[in-house]
Amino acid sequence: MSTIAAAPAAATTSAVLEVDRLHVEFSTEGGCVMAVKDVSFTLGRGEILALVGESGCGKSTVAMSIPRLLGDTRARIEGSIRLDGVDLATLSERQMRHVRGKDISVVFQEPMTSLNPAYTIGRQIVEVIRQHEKVKRSAAMRRAVELLALVGIPDARRRLSAFPHELSGGMRQRVMIAIAVACDPKVIIADEPTTALDVTIQAGVLDIFRRLRDTLGTAIVLITHDLGVVAEVADSVAVMYAGRVVEQCSTGEIFARPAHPYTRGLLGALPSRALMRGGRRRLADIAGVVPPPTVDPDECQFAPRCPRATAACVAARPPLAPFVPGHRVACIHAGGEETA
Amino acid sequence: MIRFSLRTVGLAAITLVLASIVIFIGVRLLPGDPAQVLAGEQASPELLAAIREQFGLDQPLWVQYLRYVGEALQGNLGMSTRNNIPVTDLLLQRLPVTLELTALALAVAIIVGVSAGIVSAVKQGRFPDYVANGLGLIGLSVPSFWLGLIAILLFSVTWHVLPASGFVPFTTDPAGNLRGMVLPALVLGVGLSAVLMRQTRSALLGQLSADYVRTARSKGVGRGTEVRHAMRNSLTTVVTVLGLQLGGLIGGAIITEQIFVLPGFGKLMVDSVSSRDYPVLQGAVLLTVTAYIVVNLLVDIAYAYLNPRIRLNGGTE
Amino acid sequence: MTAAVSAVVPARPRPQWRRIARRFLHRPMAIVGLVLVLAFIALAVVGPMLTSDPDLQDFQVVLSPPSLAHPLGTDDLGRDVLARVANGARVSLLAGVVSTAIALVVGITLGLISGFYRGWFDAVLGRIVDVLLAFPFLIFAVGLAAILGASLTNVIAALAISQVPAVIRIARGEAMSIRDQEYVSGAIADGSRDGAIILKYVLPNAASAFIVQATVAIPAAIIGEATLSFLGLGVQPPNASWGILLTGAQQYLAQAPYLAVFPGLAIALTTLGFNLLGDGLRDALDPKGHR
Ligand SMILES: Nc1ncnc2c1ncn2[C@@H]1O[C@H](COP(=O)(O)OP(=O)(O)O)[C@@H](O)[C@H]1O
Ligand SMILES: [Mg+2]
Repeated sequence: MSTIAAAPAAATTSAVLEVDRLHVEFSTEGGCVMAVKDVSFTLGRGEILALVGESGCGKSTVAMSIPRLLGDTRARIEGSIRLDGVDLATLSERQMRHVRGKDISVVFQEPMTSLNPAYTIGRQIVEVIRQHEKVKRSAAMRRAVELLALVGIPDARRRLSAFPHELSGGMRQRVMIAIAVACDPKVIIADEPTTALDVTIQAGVLDIFRRLRDTLGTAIVLITHDLGVVAEVADSVAVMYAGRVVEQCSTGEIFARPAHPYTRGLLGALPSRALMRGGRRRLADIAGVVPPPTVDPDECQFAPRCPRATAACVAARPPLAPFVPGHRVACIHAGGEETA
Repeated sequence: MIRFSLRTVGLAAITLVLASIVIFIGVRLLPGDPAQVLAGEQASPELLAAIREQFGLDQPLWVQYLRYVGEALQGNLGMSTRNNIPVTDLLLQRLPVTLELTALALAVAIIVGVSAGIVSAVKQGRFPDYVANGLGLIGLSVPSFWLGLIAILLFSVTWHVLPASGFVPFTTDPAGNLRGMVLPALVLGVGLSAVLMRQTRSALLGQLSADYVRTARSKGVGRGTEVRHAMRNSLTTVVTVLGLQLGGLIGGAIITEQIFVLPGFGKLMVDSVSSRDYPVLQGAVLLTVTAYIVVNLLVDIAYAYLNPRIRLNGGTE
Repeated sequence: MTAAVSAVVPARPRPQWRRIARRFLHRPMAIVGLVLVLAFIALAVVGPMLTSDPDLQDFQVVLSPPSLAHPLGTDDLGRDVLARVANGARVSLLAGVVSTAIALVVGITLGLISGFYRGWFDAVLGRIVDVLLAFPFLIFAVGLAAILGASLTNVIAALAISQVPAVIRIARGEAMSIRDQEYVSGAIADGSRDGAIILKYVLPNAASAFIVQATVAIPAAIIGEATLSFLGLGVQPPNASWGILLTGAQQYLAQAPYLAVFPGLAIALTTLGFNLLGDGLRDALDPKGHR
């Protein structure tokens, strides 16, 4: 597609997005749900960071808290999220509205329900353009056609007047991406953008992200539980388990030297051949269940499911510490022998 | 769209035909022999037979029905037995009053009910929500004829600000006409406002937590636009409720006209029951039911228009 | 459902009545509703025993405002309004409960059969229901009352018949959705008799919908009776009904406003009670629904 490789990932200098010690709690009837605990990462210009982990480990909560979409009533958020050095928590709701859709945009997990069923595709794309730029409706419409073409929707002009239910899931997800990229955002948060799609369409969607990164230098937080997707497009990876990041490094590292037993478990069911071909597999089913999110004991949360767990694992929670340069892991056995 | 409309219209037409049969039979079931009513108590058997023959009452019921429908389609609904005026003339004379009353009440209900429902949903769990909910429950519980009496007691008897009765046609004295319509329209509109408020609130609350509203917020739109997105998808509910409640509005109009002495359709209907003026009753009920079916048809079509899924698929969901 | 599960017939889900009761009792407004409804029933059942004769005329105290001897005042014939309101409550309770009970029994039977078997019966009944629903409720009731003649029994009959179509429609919908559940298909496959299936599975599972419908239908019938009587098509004077009391009050609005206030308040509070009770039951039975 593109020959200009704008930014080789890990080597970026200035961080666009810095998430620092993020904590998110929901108060529910069943008690306080600690969905995200002490999550930190930085994202450079043109970098694609993959956030992986089993369902329920807090990925979407991280995603939603970045553009402050969690709603302030039931969620308690701590830590800081900085966009180009500006702490988003200090912005008023009005200022935040200028950030959403313009600097940070989101592609949601559910392509079938994330578009308004009563509005045409064109109207929904034009809405975000005219929200942030002073342009005429006709100019915005022309722009919408370009965007639809960009995300690979054939016959774009005619599609403008289509309603969401007339499009397939893959087409809807492309429309969501068109909306997300409409205002050339600095950061796109894509929450499992391909999970609901079938394999052939997935490749096309991932291609769009890669192209955006290459041509516009967009930074992308790509949430997935598909390691094939990670191998294909991500520059770096953060593995989450029960609300925490347990391992963080470059994509090459994670496949070459997976250090956390949980990560290895995830990789276990992934034949390398499939990896090479860009084939996709779901995360392996690791025996055991995720602990309830209402408790946060001072121990390794993965210990009950871990083949290498020892008494030391439940004596204190292992910190996320450097394993080799550029590779951090939260496991006291990380330095041990490689064969699991 | 066309296929959908044709089917809907066809079904409505069948319903209308069956309803007209029900009305026709219902009126025959009313106590009293129509010929006797026409001829008076002391009529001789010969006179009764003559009248029966003249009005076709000696024919089989289905012949009578077909004849009635044939005449009705030409605008002839028979003669009032009480004052020998064509029923059609009577109905046309009373129609504007009822139309004005229900239209005003409908406007009141839509404006008050829908906006209160929106405010209540947007401010869920806060003061305006409690106020709207409380008023909604009261509006739902107070029967309209009592509300009418209380309104007359307060505004006419005690404060003398609005008339309790005395209808003047709009063409004669527009201001006087409206002054006379204020209380009836408000009284009639209260119940429907309450229903609309509650339904709008619950529909909108459901839609406000939908994924597409979150998408809208992620685009950086304000709260107002978010609510507009959700409201657009709640309109189908609002329209459906309006259609379902229209019967209540028509029923309410009967009583409201009775209380405020408005010379409308409802009053005509009740009076014709007590004076056994069955041709008038039959005509009035037939016209009301026709109007009701037609409006419900319009609601169905509006529903399809508001919901692109039905519109394009030409079928039901 | 996975293939492994479909082989086993899952147990019939039971509504958890204790949980529902607890949820209901946690809502203050629902309790207010319950209290209002109980007060109404008490007024209707024991009220007439405690008050004086509602038809006793006393020309010494014509149109006298509320006092110790007559807490709600007296009407134009010197009759005690409290006694007449209590008597009216009895009429309302009869009209509301009996007509709703009849409508529910008839409507549920027809609706369940229609929804369970579908076929020609369903088609014909559905058409009839459509036609009957094309009549505004009150017009239908007025027409029936005119055909049957004005009396309490006929008002009850008219209200019952007018309510049947709506009940049929609800029962039919419930029967159709429950019939498709696995535990019912399982029972059908096991060769259980249809009647037994309807009684054992369909009816209990649809019960909550019918309970909620009853809390809607009873106040509608109470207002319906009052309205018909108010229009002179229902209970006839000198019998006391809340509607009759309001007809009488209309002439004396200026001299004796309390004549209009108390019977109307009785209707409003009773209806409010049923509405709150219905809201509370709905929330308790379906906590996820928005309200
Ligand atoms: N709005 C909410 N209220 C209460 N709990 C929530 C809410 N959103 C998410 N959670 C809980 O937080 C945890 C993480 O959820 P989520 O971020 O959606 O995980 P993932 O996207 O990785 O599947 C889960 O236990 C989930 O039940
Ligand atoms: Mg998620």
